[in-house]
Amino acid sequence: MPDTHFYRYDDYDRTLVAERVEQFRDQVRRRLSGELTEEQFKPLRLTNGLYLQLHAYMLRIAIPYGTLSSRQLRKLADIARKYDRGYGHFTTRQNLQLNWIKLEDAPDALAALAEVDMHAMQTSGNVIRNVTADHFAGAAVDEIEDPRIWCEIVRQWSTLHPEFSFLPRKFKIAVTGSPNDRAAVRVHDIGLRLWRNEQGEVGFEVIVGGGLGRTPMIGKTLREFLPKDELLAYLEATLRVYNRYGRRDNLYKARIKILVHEIGTEKMREDVEAEYAAVKGGALKLPAETIEAIARQFAPPALRHRPAVVGAVEALKLEDRDFALWLKSNVSPHRLAGYRIVTASLKPAGAPPGDASSVQMEGMADIADAYSHGEIRVSHEQNLVFPHVAVEDLPAVWRSLGRLGFAEANVGKITDIIACPGLDYCALANARSIPVAQSISNHFAELARQHDIGDLKIKISGCINACGHHHVGHIGILGVDKNGVELYQISLGGDVDFGKTALGTILGPAVAADKVVEAVDALVATYLDARGEGERFVDTYRRIGAQPFKDRVYAAV
Amino acid sequence: MPLFREAGIVEDPWQKLDDDAPVPADGMVLVSFTRWREARAALLARRGPVGVALANTDPVEALASDTSRLDLIVLHFPKFSDGRAYSQARLLRERLGYQGELRATGGVLQDQAPFMLRCGFDAFESDQKGFGEALAKARTLFSVVYQPTDDGRATASLLRLNRRNTRVPV
Repeated sequence: MPDTHFYRYDDYDRTLVAERVEQFRDQVRRRLSGELTEEQFKPLRLTNGLYLQLHAYMLRIAIPYGTLSSRQLRKLADIARKYDRGYGHFTTRQNLQLNWIKLEDAPDALAALAEVDMHAMQTSGNVIRNVTADHFAGAAVDEIEDPRIWCEIVRQWSTLHPEFSFLPRKFKIAVTGSPNDRAAVRVHDIGLRLWRNEQGEVGFEVIVGGGLGRTPMIGKTLREFLPKDELLAYLEATLRVYNRYGRRDNLYKARIKILVHEIGTEKMREDVEAEYAAVKGGALKLPAETIEAIARQFAPPALRHRPAVVGAVEALKLEDRDFALWLKSNVSPHRLAGYRIVTASLKPAGAPPGDASSVQMEGMADIADAYSHGEIRVSHEQNLVFPHVAVEDLPAVWRSLGRLGFAEANVGKITDIIACPGLDYCALANARSIPVAQSISNHFAELARQHDIGDLKIKISGCINACGHHHVGHIGILGVDKNGVELYQISLGGDVDFGKTALGTILGPAVAADKVVEAVDALVATYLDARGEGERFVDTYRRIGAQPFKDRVYAAV
Repeated sequence: MPLFREAGIVEDPWQKLDDDAPVPADGMVLVSFTRWREARAALLARRGPVGVALANTDPVEALASDTSRLDLIVLHFPKFSDGRAYSQARLLRERLGYQGELRATGGVLQDQAPFMLRCGFDAFESDQKGFGEALAKARTLFSVVYQPTDDGRATASLLRLNRRNTRVPV
């Protein structure tokens, strides 16, 4: 089995996770015996990843910085088969959800996870959540530094943090190490962007108070440049200000973005900087040795020289249209010329976005072992990524993915839809998301047409909590309930890529469930008629404005 | 309400004073933060020890110059899920150097005890069944910690550093 090229637990990490499983086993026992009320048990189970959904418990497993080894993925497949219905759902926060867990099985499922150095801690609840990162980390051409080093440092600091385990609300941190942000850092409670200043030093831009949900907001830069070794001091300072002053009177006003909005960016900065001044230089300052020891574990695999241009690949490209399309949409440049980053689409035509069966997970683990140094990434767009594939191996990877149903050449296209679980699973939802995604996916299934339409991101949420990130979709679709009828509100112009973060604008009145496809079709037709050379859907929208889209949609529905 | 320390259940020797009750000349008295602010000089002039009970919205910084004069500070959890007092506790212990009794009241449940101990609490009012037994084990429930606080425990990161530095070179 290939060695892993990311953080490996040592005895300290293993001990803590094992002790946590035993603590939770005792908590479940006390809940089942009635010693704990549901109200008392709720935060305990949530911080162990256990949610109560519409029909059953759901276990949300943390995949820190979206990085998995083939061994871990096989174990996830195994757990899904043993404790669930043989499939799982990859989420927009790089986690894996199992939707049919039994409460009494949960401690055993967590113990099984611990066998492969994984856990479900802090994937839910009012705590610092699992930290997310660029899914191309360690392989991307434009990377300054691997953001996962910092995610791991934050993971450890935030795990069972004694002061911050009862925050006003959940708290999400994302890290990017590239100027082309693939981690959506401006829509997180804290976004960290590594950059190099004029002196050649690398540090963090610290962005605070972004988020989607009911009140979408783009984060504000609290600090342009933070020395890397003071990262934890600055995070502790920010979290302390939030823990003390964040609102707790109203669930919907409790995120840090509301605090920043209400007191203003200046005051927030003043408070955080004052706290930081008192904390910095102390026990949280990271010794160079500690940073280096963690960084070493993320050292990329020794990739041997492989040819950048391969005759067989060029030939297959000419003879197989689907392969050629797949190369265009699902294959990205790697920092080495003889390698590529491959995105396996978990959005085959008509399927629920992000779902994978145990058999498919095992198949992905096999491909990773054979062609990607045993490594798999989960993207926030609910796809799986092989970070280090030799150009020579692309045809074999494509064929293997085809057998699993994950070779759809649609990454970044209209059917690469992000959708929350919606009313099919979720107790909060007002409307279904997955069936809407499926009908759009079926309607636009034809690949040549998708490639002609080009890059277009559709994001669907089944309620105002915005787990499907509809605010930042080029086309955002929000399910609403009007007197018991599911309607869908459409917004245009959202964006989260490459630092161009923008929130979408509502197009007009919500449309009926059976009119969503027609509405999207009208939007696409408007774009195709009006687009200029090289313009994506969202570029055309920005140039011509909402009116032409609006006219056509409401004439059609 | 039973009062616990790690060693077990203890009698509460403190007399809680209502804001309008007269202050006895001696004995251990616990007053509200409001009363403390109004009558600080008079309270300190007494013979007996003084304690202050804070709401979780009261600024602990206001006690900065008095931490050595106080023998008890009570921090309140209006609900167990309201975690503001954890920050107050750490600031009192770590920044303001408070060394007297730090007591948690209100929503105090056994599953919070490991966190509370790490933040510097050393006394707990709780009516939860089994709280005392759980508290006795709370410090060792997790043998590994990741965050430096003032509880004297070495973090995993520090232990790793020491281990690397003491490793015999080969």
